[in-house]
Amino acid sequence: MNHFMRLKQILIALTLIGAGGSAYSQIDITKSIIAPGVTKPVLVSMSGLTGEAASTLQFDLYVQGFAFTNAEAAQYLISGSNDGNLQAKAIDPHNKSTLVSKSYSGAPLRRQVHAFADDFVQALSRIGIAHTKIAFKGENRPVSEIYVADFDGHNAQAVTRDNNLVAAPCWVPGHLAMYYVSYKLNHADIFYHDLATGARRAFAHYGGSNMSPAVSPDGRRVAMILSKDGWTDLYVCDADGSNLKRLTKSPQDESSPCWSPDGKWICFAAKEKEHRTLCKVPASGGALQQIGTAGMPSPTEPDWSPDGQWIAFTAQFRSGFEICVVPAGGGTAVSLVEGEDPSWAPNSRTLAYGRRSGGRYVLSLLDVPTKQYKDVSRISGISSQSQPSWAR
Amino acid sequence: MKERTMKVNKFTNLLVIGLVLCMAASGCKKKPTPLTMLPGSKTGQVGEPGAGSGMETNAPITTETGPGSTGTGATGAEGYPQGPGHPGWPENAEILKADTVYFDFDSSVLKTVEKPKVAAVADYLKANSANAVKVEGNCDERGTEEYNRSLGERRALAVREELIRLGIDPMRVDTMSYGKDRPVDPGHDESAWRKNRRDDFVVLTPPNK
Repeated sequence: MNHFMRLKQILIALTLIGAGGSAYSQIDITKSIIAPGVTKPVLVSMSGLTGEAASTLQFDLYVQGFAFTNAEAAQYLISGSNDGNLQAKAIDPHNKSTLVSKSYSGAPLRRQVHAFADDFVQALSRIGIAHTKIAFKGENRPVSEIYVADFDGHNAQAVTRDNNLVAAPCWVPGHLAMYYVSYKLNHADIFYHDLATGARRAFAHYGGSNMSPAVSPDGRRVAMILSKDGWTDLYVCDADGSNLKRLTKSPQDESSPCWSPDGKWICFAAKEKEHRTLCKVPASGGALQQIGTAGMPSPTEPDWSPDGQWIAFTAQFRSGFEICVVPAGGGTAVSLVEGEDPSWAPNSRTLAYGRRSGGRYVLSLLDVPTKQYKDVSRISGISSQSQPSWAR
Repeated sequence: MKERTMKVNKFTNLLVIGLVLCMAASGCKKKPTPLTMLPGSKTGQVGEPGAGSGMETNAPITTETGPGSTGTGATGAEGYPQGPGHPGWPENAEILKADTVYFDFDSSVLKTVEKPKVAAVADYLKANSANAVKVEGNCDERGTEEYNRSLGERRALAVREELIRLGIDPMRVDTMSYGKDRPVDPGHDESAWRKNRRDDFVVLTPPNK
């Protein structure tokens, strides 16, 4: 064997053993979505796993575009045991190759299963999402709080305990921190909250309402909707609050900004010539450009995929709201499932979103290519969960 | 060239020995498969909010400094050059309760039929010159959440503009949007929605010195 290759393999092995989760960042190959909503799931079979281990793995893989079948029909065979700790392996029977074969320890069983799901998905050169977190708004009228949970809704923890209203949480990419709207000061303000230390501060506390914070991919700038100048307009400033710049100047709608992954554009919901539309504007200021979403009425709540390829958004039909995706340059949009306020996972294929159920919201995950979706676990005692923000 | 290859070879062998020792130390030797230790909950990496003491907080909020607190000399004629409203002023939502203004679906246009209520609020403010008012915009449940938060603010701003037109000092009129988070009627039909598309008036009185 070539010495350099061998050296590289050993270094990778050391990294895997020594640092566990840090291996995630080494793999950044993304398989782009080619056909939203009509792609066939990848068939897998599972044997030996039982109870919570089996159901956890089924959920993890289902929302990433896999479907379970018998061993004869499956493209990949997963087997293992969860007697105490998890041991699991995945093989490709056609190539007679082993993709993953590992024992897991040192964490609760659910997390061991999530780690295996990520190992398996990454062996297929995809980005695993089973170790990621989501933030969202949990509401029990008349109050709401910000929560953080595993991506499947388990292990939810309250971030706020203000007995007031909150809205629109947004993670700072790569950091244990977030922005959200809080009414704690009898005013609609944007707070910055460092989850590691618990410290928080009023980030935007201008006259009028301070709404819909969106952090740039590098974490250095924040876009938001302010009414301090008498209209609801789009603004951007630095993460320390300085250099506030007004990007739109119109008495019309502007809402729900999001960033392009290169940080050059801010996309938002707008109204142009009496028609609701998605627009983008250079983050440094400039002319607005429409993003066409042919056939999809009243688009709002855009979110730009981390790979830059797609913009997910909510369209309003007579029958209700639908989660849609459109190529980021605009074009033919595809309507996928009933729901609102999509947020992309780091894999650029799974979306978290809110689904109405009897006047309340339930959080659900959608695999865009296969259109497979499943509700996440709910927090008992919290009647409505909405506005997910996926940590990425 | 040969010497260099040998050096690399030596280095590689050292690494292999190191790896074996490392695996032995972590107990992998007995297992047929590599052991994957999961990072603990104290690692503080992204998506590990269990770390630190930051959760479930109601930490005090600093509002003395920071953007907006001191005003920014905003240019809009109907803007908030004075900064964020009237922090600390006691609120009374009863005094002007009868003057709640209602809106059409998905509209922030102040209807002619609603204007007398705004005029009544202007009269109240003229008669009580020390007081201020907060206009709270609300929506029915049909729009998406952040769209409605923006719409509610435009409803509040529309009434603020009318108050200013009637001669009220812009400094005395705050606005705030609750979006669809504060319905007065929790129902899911037009009779409920009609009541929820509204601006409420909250009287602000100067704090006791």
